[in-house]
Amino acid sequence: MSFLEVNDLKVHFPVRGGFFNTIQDYVYAVDGVSFKIDEGKTYGLIGESGSGKTTIGKAIVGLEKPTAGEILYYGQLVNKKRLRKKLGYNKEVQMIFQDVLSSLDPRKRIRDIIAEPIRNHEKLTKEEEMKRILTLLDIVGMPSDALFKYPHEFSGGQRQRIGVARAVALNPKLIVADEPVSALDLSVQAQILNFLKKIQKDFNLSYIFISHDLGVVKHMCDYIYIMHRGRFVEAGTREDIYNNPQHIYTKRLIAAIPEVDAENREEARIKRIKVEQEYSEKESIFYDENGKVFDLVPISDTHYVAIKNKEDLGYVENSIA
Amino acid sequence: MENEKILEIKDLHTGFRFEDKYFDAVDGVSFSLYKNELLAIVGESGCGKSTIANSIVGLHDKNHTRVSGEIIYDDENVVNYSEEQFNKIRGKDIGFIFQDPLASLNPLHRVGEQIKEALIYHTDLTKEQRHERMLYLLGRVGIVNPERTARQFPHELSGGMRQRVLIAMALSCKPNIVIADEPTTALDVTIQAQILDLLSELQNEIHAGIILITHDLGVVAQMADRVAVMYAGQFVEVAEAKELFRNPLHPYTRSLLHSIPQSDAVGAELNVIQGMVPSLKNLSRDGCRFAPRIPWIPDSEHEKNPILHQISRDHFVRCTCWENFHFENEGGC
Amino acid sequence: MWKTVLRRVLLMIPQLFILSIIVFALGQAMPGDPFTGLITPQTKPEAIEALREKAGLNNPIPVQYKDWMVRILRDGNFGQSYTYKMPVSTLVGNRVANTLWLSLLTVILIYLIAIPLGINAGRYQDSAFDKGVVIYNFISYAIPSFILGLIFLLVFGYKLHWFPTGGSVDLGFKKGTFDYAMNKLYHMILPAITGAVLGTTGTIQYLRNEVIDAKTQDYVKTARSKGVPTDKVYSHHIFRNSFLPIAAFLGFTITGLLSGSVFIETIFSYPGMGELFISSINSRDYAVMNTLVLLYGFLTLLGSLLSDIIMTIVDPRIRIE
Repeated sequence: MSFLEVNDLKVHFPVRGGFFNTIQDYVYAVDGVSFKIDEGKTYGLIGESGSGKTTIGKAIVGLEKPTAGEILYYGQLVNKKRLRKKLGYNKEVQMIFQDVLSSLDPRKRIRDIIAEPIRNHEKLTKEEEMKRILTLLDIVGMPSDALFKYPHEFSGGQRQRIGVARAVALNPKLIVADEPVSALDLSVQAQILNFLKKIQKDFNLSYIFISHDLGVVKHMCDYIYIMHRGRFVEAGTREDIYNNPQHIYTKRLIAAIPEVDAENREEARIKRIKVEQEYSEKESIFYDENGKVFDLVPISDTHYVAIKNKEDLGYVENSIA
Repeated sequence: MENEKILEIKDLHTGFRFEDKYFDAVDGVSFSLYKNELLAIVGESGCGKSTIANSIVGLHDKNHTRVSGEIIYDDENVVNYSEEQFNKIRGKDIGFIFQDPLASLNPLHRVGEQIKEALIYHTDLTKEQRHERMLYLLGRVGIVNPERTARQFPHELSGGMRQRVLIAMALSCKPNIVIADEPTTALDVTIQAQILDLLSELQNEIHAGIILITHDLGVVAQMADRVAVMYAGQFVEVAEAKELFRNPLHPYTRSLLHSIPQSDAVGAELNVIQGMVPSLKNLSRDGCRFAPRIPWIPDSEHEKNPILHQISRDHFVRCTCWENFHFENEGGC
Repeated sequence: MWKTVLRRVLLMIPQLFILSIIVFALGQAMPGDPFTGLITPQTKPEAIEALREKAGLNNPIPVQYKDWMVRILRDGNFGQSYTYKMPVSTLVGNRVANTLWLSLLTVILIYLIAIPLGINAGRYQDSAFDKGVVIYNFISYAIPSFILGLIFLLVFGYKLHWFPTGGSVDLGFKKGTFDYAMNKLYHMILPAITGAVLGTTGTIQYLRNEVIDAKTQDYVKTARSKGVPTDKVYSHHIFRNSFLPIAAFLGFTITGLLSGSVFIETIFSYPGMGELFISSINSRDYAVMNTLVLLYGFLTLLGSLLSDIIMTIVDPRIRIE
């Protein structure tokens, strides 16, 4: 069952200007998105830079104040700091970042970095705390001599593990992972992805996985949301999105991924050009006259597409399936 | 003239100084580049791939770097060229495209001026001709309104536009060789696809040889004619692109390909390469450098002094450990 | 942009108003008054009292403040100097010219020394030249201004008689003649050199660091990769970027020209603003003192505005919004 529900979330950033420095306009970073999070599942948010995916993540953990809409945790509003505190929400929902190094205090030892959330939320004796930290290091596969080192002494992959150890220190229900492997080399990326899957099984965690890498998202996620211009253009299971993409933006994104397949590169290029052409031709079906994405419309039990008239889908070539 | 060799590198060593010792980041690399060809050098961060690029045109910090071996361009060994000598070929014969298009453009100069700069030093064009050529180049790399863009500053352009500007700059003097160092890493996928297509298109026009340096095997598969896989300062496998992806041989190449989240094995556990890439100072320079990452392969499988073996006409593999290689969980065969 | 500039200018009014209250209050808090110095054992207390009454010093403080402000705003009358027996505006006006010329010469000398030293130290980092510059910097930074001033005064003024030891012009020169101007310049040289030696430290240090930093920037690598000759790489790409922090201070430097150096003018008994400020404090010459503090406050605000405007001119990335 779902424990977190986001309804019509909007985050608008004011643009100030003019003589009295008044608000002239807004940047519609997130402009009306809704979704639910079930236990033990992974949800992918995909989009290009500036699509608003990170803002959603930040709004969920409370780092960004929503302009409108509601975030419900077991049916209770968590829009305000006071409410989050009362429900212990901050303990249950954690975030890990792309740039781990800058999210770890360079003057603190690993021991204190991992202990920080524990000290904030629980009262443990020194021995209990130490025991917990050692267990956490073990879970993320780091040796115990890491305890007294500083963040800069580790490699990128190890730092990301430390970030994960800190995030799971309080046994959260949900981790918002913002591009957790984008800065890592392929072999290290594989390590972290395997490991995120493993602790998901062990702790029945849910993830919101924010990424621009469709391969990674496909590997990790049960349910995928494609974002463009602050709204969802398509939502569906992994199969819905990859085998039967319907929105032109999704198609364009998938066609642009360079597949590790040297044999069919000419075909891939031709398809890419075709999709690109379709994108410019069919824009009016999928975006209104202001370029805004339409509301999501269901086309199956799990698959939603943002389109004005569902019937228009018939005109769109399904060349990818 | 299909197979005209335009660059030959023999036993290149590039070492960086730490305290008073030099450590080779590029350790005995040899290859040739042909006209019209796209050679991809692929490897993980720190393997030395960008160092090769910098060595070819002498862009490294000369006080802390030592380069030896032969880099033969136009029948001359340029390896110990002075800055003045390099300046005669940089930008004219060899164009460079970098990873971070924003940082690579001078924030205080207008885009048009930056493109014209190479033309000042390498051509006899008049001021008006340079301006014309600059506008032509901007149009050629797909910029819709060249006159307007030329007057803009780098921060006023999008990431994709900036990379187009850098490409226009690198190609302004119709170079024979283009070195592209992670040209699309900082870009979104749709923009990446456009930039890569543009690069191929322009290559067909000026017939340059391109060295594409990247960590992205997908980009390699889509773009490369030939591929060199690099690990710890050495090429471990060199092959024609289709051959490499059809028949990868070296354990490192195979491990990398196995680490990619692939469509056909969704959700399965990804292959992890054991251990870590050794740092430059701790790298053991004897024996097979990949051996510590595949400890289940017995020592007897490795060569004592691994060399690149020719397997077929266009396929070279370092060491002998590939012959009986299997992944750890596969068991022996 | 001009709208923003106008807004900033208007914002100065309340800032200066608050400053005037603080200045006035602090002046009142100082012990003594302009007449304290006139008291001798023979002075009748009644006479002093009459003077105080006449000057309005016996009125309640808010009334005194109001009178002061009204005079300034209505008549442009900043009051009468008790010690110099002339209107403050005339007095300050005379001094401003002296200070302006001295400061201008100092600033020119600073840039003449600092720019070549800083740039070449950065360009040839770790060379013998660079090491020499660094040592020069240490010394000029460590010496207090009054010590260096006194040494110069002693050596070049009293011992060698190369330069005059005080004043701004010798008697017997006719105002407006070439000889008059040359004599003024002659008086300025020693204080200007002292000020310049002390003022170069920051500029050299900044330039040196900026050049060293700029050398490693990607755009410099791009320029080199285009085959731009080394000298041009420096003059076109590195230096201009290195001047940005200097430009950021230029606004303050310009307004600083008017405020003068308290130490240097006092040591060389040069009749400028700084010297006037010290003597007005010593003699409790409230009218002069308050006017000067207000002027300094105004110049600081103006300097910050000028700096912002200069930055938008030299750095296209910066826009005042």
